Amino acid sequence: MSPFKIGAAALLALGLGAGVAQASEGAHMEKLDWSFNGAFGTFDRAALQRGYQVYKEVCASCHSMKYLSYRNLQDIGFSEAEVKALAAQYEVPALDEVGDPTTAKAKPSDRFHSPFPNELAARAANGGALPPDLSLMGKARVGGPDYIHALLTGYHEAPAGFVLPEGKEYNAVFPGNAIGMPKPLSDDQVTYADGTKASLEQMSRDVSTFLMWAAEPKLEDRKRAGVKVMGFLGLLTIFTFLTYRKVRRKVQGH
Amino acid sequence: MSSSTPFQTNSKVIKWIEARLPIISTIDGALVSYPAPRNLNYWWNFGSLAGFMLVAQIVTGIILVMHYTPHVTMAFASVEHIMRDVNYGWLMRYAHANGASMFFVVVYIHILRGLYYGSYKAPRELLWWLGIVIFLLMMATGFMGYVLPWGQMSFWGATVITNLFGALPLVGGDIVTWLWGGFSVDNATLNRFFSLHYLLPFVICAVVFLHLWALHTTKSSNPLGIEIKGDQDTVPFHPYYTAKDAFGLSVFLMFFAYWVFFNPNALGHPDNYIEANPMVTPAHIVPEWYFLPFYAILRAVPDKLGGVLAMGGAIVILFFMPYLDFSKVRSAKFRPIYKQAFWLFVLDGILLGYVGAMPAEGIWILVGRIASVYYFAHFLVIVPLISWFEKPLPVPESIAKAVLGDAAKA
Repeated sequence: MSPFKIGAAALLALGLGAGVAQASEGAHMEKLDWSFNGAFGTFDRAALQRGYQVYKEVCASCHSMKYLSYRNLQDIGFSEAEVKALAAQYEVPALDEVGDPTTAKAKPSDRFHSPFPNELAARAANGGALPPDLSLMGKARVGGPDYIHALLTGYHEAPAGFVLPEGKEYNAVFPGNAIGMPKPLSDDQVTYADGTKASLEQMSRDVSTFLMWAAEPKLEDRKRAGVKVMGFLGLLTIFTFLTYRKVRRKVQGH
Repeated sequence: MSSSTPFQTNSKVIKWIEARLPIISTIDGALVSYPAPRNLNYWWNFGSLAGFMLVAQIVTGIILVMHYTPHVTMAFASVEHIMRDVNYGWLMRYAHANGASMFFVVVYIHILRGLYYGSYKAPRELLWWLGIVIFLLMMATGFMGYVLPWGQMSFWGATVITNLFGALPLVGGDIVTWLWGGFSVDNATLNRFFSLHYLLPFVICAVVFLHLWALHTTKSSNPLGIEIKGDQDTVPFHPYYTAKDAFGLSVFLMFFAYWVFFNPNALGHPDNYIEANPMVTPAHIVPEWYFLPFYAILRAVPDKLGGVLAMGGAIVILFFMPYLDFSKVRSAKFRPIYKQAFWLFVLDGILLGYVGAMPAEGIWILVGRIASVYYFAHFLVIVPLISWFEKPLPVPESIAKAVLGDAAKA
């Protein structure tokens, strides 16, 4: 049997994996050419910082990101002092010298401040709907950042005949098309610190990039390591093949 | 070129050990001088690859356990801690999660190789049965491992699969409560799954040991399906197959590394990045890809108990292969009709896997039923009938003659 057939069998097995992903596919979404796609992909630092600004000024009023700490922001280019100042804008529960509950300024090691103290409070403030935590949103939906972008730019007038439940809005990619989240982004919603024009498209891409980074902060490390590992294994394959070819001659006479 | 030179040594230390515990000569007999048929093709690489994956899973798993917390309120967060804060934690977790898939890829090919070349036939029935026991243990281990991250698919997969036992008459409900350790999948369930997920790989190691013991007793089968008749038919395992396995492993590692480094979440389900929530059911509950063919068979039967029995039967039926196939010829190379039936069976398995990933509605119900019936018909009707009617091609006299031509002094 040839190695070709082994490869073919392996590919068939992979086809099954792809089937799983497709099985839960929602509506159509555009596949964008993100800078972090591909074997050599990296995050665009400026886009990450703009995306954080959008999260902080818009999303964070309803959505928590409980698996991130302020210190993580150093990875997207904020300085230690900037992170310290950012964290200090928030209050966290603490104890005073005599053990009574009080609050203190958040430190870089503290997790991102959550907008609501608990799920009940979050639901009560949002018409019964729970704004999901965004820490892992870049990986927790089929399509990842493509889905987030399509969702943020997918608010339209409901088509004729579509019955929109009370308090919901129409969204082209949200499963069922009736979404509880009011259209979060419109042109010039934020004023970017770096002067970039804050169009809906721009903000949506930036925050999608930021959320992908938040979900997979080791993506760049992983891909960089992967390129080296592949290079090493390529060489190893050549050497092991040459070794094998040498001993094979003696086994099969050719 | 004589293959099996008995173990010899001049070292006093080794002689001292050997007189008390012949462990060095045993390892030598298994990995160095083991006489292997000289005509093994690349499909014979997958046994050693499976052994490699078992070790890789145990090593990465032990490291993950150093940072993981098996508690419903902390499991999901501890996995995120591994991904974000543990040095190379992302590598360990992605290698372990994708490693499970790789293990199944390798083992499925290994099983199919056995089916193609008749490796289950006398005198290798026990070898084959031990292999199926390993496969069953792997399925249990894989299933329980998928529960540990405590994502939505972990929780709901565990709920669906454990509920299957509820289909058993009379005792079903009690068994499910007993498995859960309560009245729903909860902390007690997570804890026992963690315990068993850590235990079973070592049970697999023990059965692998028996599998290898049986292998070295009957010796490896080979693509021609004829027995070893003498030294001219074999080569020592080292260096011939150590070199070949090293080459195969290198190629396989590139395939493995592709998933780990460049597409680590493609084989998983996005819903498992949402923490388990007993109040919210995912739109489609799908198992890991390696269970999909069996999941399709389960859903093909309209009756719950019937589905469970069919799913179990789909694996149990493999135990009967040595008797369902009573053709005198082992290898499909000389069995023109069986060869075609084999490839149809492979296609049927892939189709079942595809159906298992689709929602159980519309055309998929019918396709799943036909493919399931065909799965069983292959074993119960097609294989026995072919054994009966097929006229096999002439089989070569010896391995050496087939490989080296008449020049070999057979």
